[in-house]
Amino acid sequence: MRPSRRLILTSTLAALLAPALASGFAPAAQAQEQPNQILNASYDVARELFEAENKQFEPTYKAKTGKEIKVNQSHAGTSKQARSIVEGLEADVVTFNQITDITFLADKGYVAKDWQSRLPNNASPWYSFPAFLVRAGNPKNVKNWDDLVRDDVKLVFPNPKTSGNARYTYLAAYAFALEKFNGDVAKADAFARKLLSNVVVFDTGGRGATTSFVEREQGDVLITFEAEVIGVKDAYKDKNFQVVVPEVSLLAEFPVAVVDKVVDKRGSRQVATDYLNFLYSPEGQKIAAEYNNRVFDPKVAEEYKAKFAPVRLVKVEDVFGGWANVQKTHFASGGKLDELFVAP
Amino acid sequence: MAREPHPPEKAHPPRRIRVGDGPLTRRLLIGGVLLVTALILVAPLAAIFAEAFRKGVGAYAAAFAAPDTQYAIGLTLFTAMIVVPINVCFGIAAAWCIAKFRFPGRNLLVALVELPFSISPIIAGIAYLFVYGAQGLLGPWLEAHDIKIMFAVPAIILASLFVTAPFVARELIPLMIAQGSEEEEAAVTLGAGGWRILRLVTLPNVRFALLYGAALCNARVMGEFGAVSIVSGNIRGQTNTLPLQIELLYQDNNAIAAFAVATLLTLVALVTLVAKAIIERLDAARVKAQARPGH
Amino acid sequence: MNRVVPGFPLSLGITLFYLSLIVLLPLGALLWQAADVGWDRYLAIMAGTRTQAAFRLTLTTAAVATVFNGIYGLALAWVLVRYEFPGKRLLDALVDVPFALPTAVAGLALSALFVKNGWFGGPLSVFGIEVAYTPLGIAVAMAFTSIPFVVRTVQPVLEDLATDVEEAAATLGASDARIFARVIFPAIFPAFLTGASLCFARSLGEFGAIIFIAGNLPLKTEVVSLLAFIRIEEYEYPAAAAIAATLLAIAFVMLFVVNMIQLWQQRRIGTGD
Repeated sequence: MRPSRRLILTSTLAALLAPALASGFAPAAQAQEQPNQILNASYDVARELFEAENKQFEPTYKAKTGKEIKVNQSHAGTSKQARSIVEGLEADVVTFNQITDITFLADKGYVAKDWQSRLPNNASPWYSFPAFLVRAGNPKNVKNWDDLVRDDVKLVFPNPKTSGNARYTYLAAYAFALEKFNGDVAKADAFARKLLSNVVVFDTGGRGATTSFVEREQGDVLITFEAEVIGVKDAYKDKNFQVVVPEVSLLAEFPVAVVDKVVDKRGSRQVATDYLNFLYSPEGQKIAAEYNNRVFDPKVAEEYKAKFAPVRLVKVEDVFGGWANVQKTHFASGGKLDELFVAP
Repeated sequence: MAREPHPPEKAHPPRRIRVGDGPLTRRLLIGGVLLVTALILVAPLAAIFAEAFRKGVGAYAAAFAAPDTQYAIGLTLFTAMIVVPINVCFGIAAAWCIAKFRFPGRNLLVALVELPFSISPIIAGIAYLFVYGAQGLLGPWLEAHDIKIMFAVPAIILASLFVTAPFVARELIPLMIAQGSEEEEAAVTLGAGGWRILRLVTLPNVRFALLYGAALCNARVMGEFGAVSIVSGNIRGQTNTLPLQIELLYQDNNAIAAFAVATLLTLVALVTLVAKAIIERLDAARVKAQARPGH
Repeated sequence: MNRVVPGFPLSLGITLFYLSLIVLLPLGALLWQAADVGWDRYLAIMAGTRTQAAFRLTLTTAAVATVFNGIYGLALAWVLVRYEFPGKRLLDALVDVPFALPTAVAGLALSALFVKNGWFGGPLSVFGIEVAYTPLGIAVAMAFTSIPFVVRTVQPVLEDLATDVEEAAATLGASDARIFARVIFPAIFPAFLTGASLCFARSLGEFGAIIFIAGNLPLKTEVVSLLAFIRIEEYEYPAAAAIAATLLAIAFVMLFVVNMIQLWQQRRIGTGD
């Protein structure tokens, strides 16, 4: 009989304790006036970068305003992040790797339509582009995009349906093919189809792809942002990976925006705006460059020049006639990507 | 399965002749089962610890110093503290009405109680999204009243409640049916009320099954991944439970830490099973003690 | 059976209320969302190449996992019931590991074992067998997570099985194989079938363990639960709802079959309880 009584006692105790603990675990939820935390919903491979940015921003903000602030991070494929925000994820700012995902938020009324003109460089504090990481000694001799469609070369990049990162890879390859075949769309389609069929693993986010390539030794080439490529090479020095920067690639802008609907509700507009401005400041830019992103600040760019190989970057606007067009013809449900992605 | 014919031993017939008691069959079967078990059940457990300690104890310990990991441990414990008692109460209520009474739709109710067991956790997660998401059934109402469920701790608790709802009931129902209601009926004739009967007669009789159900429920709550990964916003240090933290660390190029955290959940699982073994032994001893005077 | 014991309205009330809130409401929302899709659209989604491939793969690998667990689970139950040997208790406890171990941890561990540089992956690759990132890997993950079902349903029945018939048969000179096939297996068959169908149902819906070891390639190694997950991430709610509703329907059918088997079993044995 004793155990049962003890059991009841324990459950009662737990039930009594629960609300007290619950309040401890939801500190920011009720704070209407002065939120001491904001949430940055970001792309997958920016984990370390924003950890460093936040570590710098928090004391800077305190010194400036005297207020404590904590920036929380959430990282995943940006389409997933945008969807989560529409479903109720209360992110104060988004730092994405794709304009279309913020456009989606703007269409749903979460971000003001003019978000791109609110900050410099189309609201992108830094940029990068898809580059290649190959195994020690580059055994498959991969130099450029056309090496990726060879039968003997196996690729790793994430699922273009969920990852902005992979969509850049797809578009960069497509742009390369259009250029190579003088705008022959049928040939470019075949090129992209072959590229997709050479992929051994599709992870949902960029970091999953990196893990598959590095830890699980899948594929010959990892295609991801140059920032991630260099980062991985440095993080795994013993594996002697090599960075291959193709002759031409596609400019990947990393747009940022304040999520108006959320900051207005939480009263965090000021700190959210300060946070994004900080990313443009010399300190913020330095950290971005330290994490292998190419930055716009001329002084910082000059300082880190030696780190980056020369590359010719084409723009979505020039090759594909803008993001709206890309979204319609390539990425919409039933669009070109769907067709090339699954058709054998 | 290769089953060897029993060697005829007509001269000295053994006391009991049962299928598979031939020495060769016996050895083959035991050996085969032990080998497959070692490969498919033991090796994965060993691999978790091997990977976690690959870079030594220091790296292993360092994994637990990260504030986000500590937070995930706290959140997971907290979730279990809420979910397990609720599902224990539900399990007792469900077992009580199913085991002690006959009523139309009883079989349907049994099936309903077991339903979450056969449903993919992913479906559970999606279903909760369709209820509590901003686009979902209750989304607009919740938003109007400023109640936050999705991508926050409440959603994690709700998804966990769904996934582990059957665990306690599953353990109790067959046992309580087998035990019958004679003792309860006797208690009623002695004038005891319902709560008293539950507390003094029924629960002591099923306490081991109840404990085991609760322990298993606890292990599953702490380890739930699929359903929680849909309804949590993956916010570091906010809505990351331990299994999500494992995936996150793994993708942070921190495999050692991922496996280190995984050892924690593995230990929970092993402790649960050891507890079960002990409980069963105690239970067997109790049954024996009760049976003896009757003989 | 009896109306002497009190508490029926209360316990039934609690049970129904809780089930409605926690189980039926979300499932209802799912079906509501799926009904919104419309029949034509539903058929179009289900006829899609990728959906079809995912269902085919999932059903096949779940079947393979179930066959494996049918054999291994039966042998395991047999060994645990019929023999005494050192380590038996440990073996008995180990059976429940897949229930208690988080699926994500299981997936992580299995993928660490079966990748090229893993304990099993290396030796297997010598024979040209690849497990990680192939359908075989998916079957392995499914098999692992559903080991306890067959064992735990067959074990009690086997324990209760009276041995007089088989002893009589043996003294009449029938071979072990014959006795097993004619006497023992028919007796444990309903329990075996229940275990196997639970194992199959669980394998169909498995997610956590699989995503770590499957390559997640559309058409090749993408299981249904992952496809539903990806459709959610892509904001393709109709497709996610359609796929999820179909999985749910399969789960219902499996559950119905299991219940029918149990009813049949009860009737065969002759007693109500």
